[in-house]
Amino acid sequence: MSKKFDFSVNGKAVSVSLDNEETPLLNVLRNELGLMGTRFGCGLEQCGCCMVLVDGAAEKSCTKPVSIVAGKKIVTVEGLGSAAQPHPLQQAFIDEQAGQCGYCLAGILISAKALLDKNPRPSRTEIAQALDGNICRCGSHNRIMRAVEKAAAVMRSGTTR
Amino acid sequence: MNAPLPGPLNDNPDLDRWVEFPSAGKVTVLTGRVELGQGVLTAMAQIAADELDVAMERITVRSGDTAKAPNEGYTAGSQSIQFGGVAIRQACADVRALFLDQAAKILGCQVGELSMNDGSVHRNGKSTGQDYWTLSGAVNLGVKATGGGARKRVVDFKSIGKSCARLDLPDKIFGGSAFIHDMQIDGMVHARVVRQPNRGATIGSIDERAIRRAAKGPIEFIRNGNFFAILGADETAVEAAGVAATSHVSWQNIEAPAPIQQEATWLLQRPVVERVFGAPDAGNPQGRQRYEATYTRGYLAHASISPSCGLALYKDEILTVWTHCQGVYPLRAALAKALKLTPTSIVVHHVQGSGCYGHNGADDAAADAAIIAMQKPGQPIRVRWRREEEFIYEPKTPAMVVKVRALLDDSGRPVDWTQEIWSPTHNQRPGAGGNLLGALALPDPPPEPPPNDVPEANGGGATRNAEPLYDISAKRILHHLVTETPVRTSALRGLGAMPNVFALECCVDELAESAGRDPVQYRLSMTADARARAVIEKVATMAKWNPAAPRGTGTGRGVAFARYKNRAAYSAVVVELSVDEEIRLHHVWCATDAGLVINPDGVLNQLEGGIIQSASWVLKEQVRFDNGIASFDWETYPVLKFSEVPEIDIELINTRDEVPLGVGEVTAGPTAAAIGNAVSHALGARIRDLPLTRERIMAALLKE
Repeated sequence: MSKKFDFSVNGKAVSVSLDNEETPLLNVLRNELGLMGTRFGCGLEQCGCCMVLVDGAAEKSCTKPVSIVAGKKIVTVEGLGSAAQPHPLQQAFIDEQAGQCGYCLAGILISAKALLDKNPRPSRTEIAQALDGNICRCGSHNRIMRAVEKAAAVMRSGTTR
Repeated sequence: MNAPLPGPLNDNPDLDRWVEFPSAGKVTVLTGRVELGQGVLTAMAQIAADELDVAMERITVRSGDTAKAPNEGYTAGSQSIQFGGVAIRQACADVRALFLDQAAKILGCQVGELSMNDGSVHRNGKSTGQDYWTLSGAVNLGVKATGGGARKRVVDFKSIGKSCARLDLPDKIFGGSAFIHDMQIDGMVHARVVRQPNRGATIGSIDERAIRRAAKGPIEFIRNGNFFAILGADETAVEAAGVAATSHVSWQNIEAPAPIQQEATWLLQRPVVERVFGAPDAGNPQGRQRYEATYTRGYLAHASISPSCGLALYKDEILTVWTHCQGVYPLRAALAKALKLTPTSIVVHHVQGSGCYGHNGADDAAADAAIIAMQKPGQPIRVRWRREEEFIYEPKTPAMVVKVRALLDDSGRPVDWTQEIWSPTHNQRPGAGGNLLGALALPDPPPEPPPNDVPEANGGGATRNAEPLYDISAKRILHHLVTETPVRTSALRGLGAMPNVFALECCVDELAESAGRDPVQYRLSMTADARARAVIEKVATMAKWNPAAPRGTGTGRGVAFARYKNRAAYSAVVVELSVDEEIRLHHVWCATDAGLVINPDGVLNQLEGGIIQSASWVLKEQVRFDNGIASFDWETYPVLKFSEVPEIDIELINTRDEVPLGVGEVTAGPTAAAIGNAVSHALGARIRDLPLTRERIMAALLKE
């Protein structure tokens, strides 16, 4: 007996019907809605690859049952911006070449977005703390933190680049 | 008479395996090297852009594909640019020459009057109306490379040597389907394998009802011998069943590694194959001061950020496999053997995965998918390992014991050096005779491969960087290749280089200290190699090295140096840190000479990554055993976090006239040793066992 869940993803209303209401939000995003930008890393809420914004807060989606997000606003990396219209964070990550394999980046961009929404002028220490829930195994940490600082400066100045 | 062709081009001489002009204005460059997060595709495009004289934007790089791309074995050992890049360079130069020859024929002029300008043929600087695409019908690229095409002179490089944005990053930043995990094939089903705990373990019983209950959705079982897998259209159900199955399938003949086997010193009493290299034994010479110290490192995991994934489809008697492994051709050969197929009936495509630092679960996940696909013809199969599965079943890099013995002259400099190593093999890749995990569970499993390690001609495995580059008149390596190991071991970034450089560069510091010498000057006094001296001097200047800095203050600095494999890039590293109960890294300086640099920012990115990963190994990482692998997630196998990484400054000594040298692995050893030396400087006490845990720090302080 399938159940219907309504919520919004990247500003669009979505409705999914599922037999299993414990289906993780991540699986719904990837397998039902075809949004592949949010990655599976551990399924244990330990690595941060699956971060999405839930009503503006960065949360891990890999074990979160979809029933919990009914009625809420979800934003994924696809909702931040696009190659044609990049979010300042995405532009800064390109400018700083902040990544190696890039598997962790979608989750990191979401954590960084949540940080800058709360704190537009974070110190390096605050950036590091905000990203400690995300694992980067390739060692791109310093570039990533530089990119977040740069995006913060751009966003404060109100320019798009 | 042309110079010999670069190795990979000699192995794959047909030019149409390297370059294609698929449609007007477009170029496809093919490479056997695959993207592992190291930026190799971008560097290859830069090389091709310069040698073909076309804009980067025209180039698509196709890599790792048994249907078409050249066979270059494995993407490993920091050799992609040094060998694969040089091969592309010559292939493109040959292609360009063929097209200019054809243009000269058509235009009735001398080749010398012609030049190529973004793919268009110019005569004495003016457009001729001919280009690669108008000429491609008349130029047959199904010919052998000759090496006759003149490669660009360094002064004529336009793209090579300039920082270039990575071609693959946008998809990863904007949330595209960048990875194998994101592939969708019509009719695809998800699968999880219930892993055989070890070779020879057999299934006792399976509680199928309990597994189905846990799935909460439709699933299907398939079994072949001790290979047992769960399939279904709904990944959530298949994953839940996969998790539940670990406690609802019972196994017999389990061999679980015990805590006592966890430490490197357990290797000292095991069966070995003895291997000896270098100068004859010095015996016990009179009058020479002797120094001896022993260093150890535990087992490490690759711990790629994503668990492995593989897809396969068996249809019309062709098995197609998608994988993020490092060598599509060796995997094809191993699959053919395991599945009793001919290699020509298998096609293996590389698709990017998460960062890969060596032989992780990628080959095995692809084999899982292939085994299932053979039982389900026409059905595309996607296997994605669970996080715990990757940690527990991926090959580990071996624990090592390295004992250094030096005989010293009157000034305290070594004149005789022995590096004695106990280590299991660093290579059980499928291409080196290693088995695919899934194949071991099938009926009639393949035998254990005979004990071997990476040949010294290829840089060695456990012996990699065991020989100091310094001017020491007699050097030898004693390698005890341990043949009995508690876990499957294989290649991780740098193989034996990290433990060997840690041992020898810590020992050099200890010798400098007992000789009362500054470690920077002491190293310089032992090498006449100008490139080695240059990186050591450079890093000392960058870090404002102070020879008089006092020991034992809680804050310390250490220096170390290596040339990777003694024949690739040179790197010197200085680390500044502080120690109380734990080590806090403050700053790392690094000077590297990688010869001709293709993409400087790409090189910096790789060097930074190598430094941070090595710091993580040294400070935090060891695979623990406790009636099985006890390091199975990010809490039981923590790695360096954002708040723990040091500031890093790197300078490249760009020796443009030298051959390009790979950089992915060069910083691992020097970083490890520089941390070891800085900890000793900070504490006034030496720790010779990795990782540098709180317990070891406390023990070292108590010993003082």
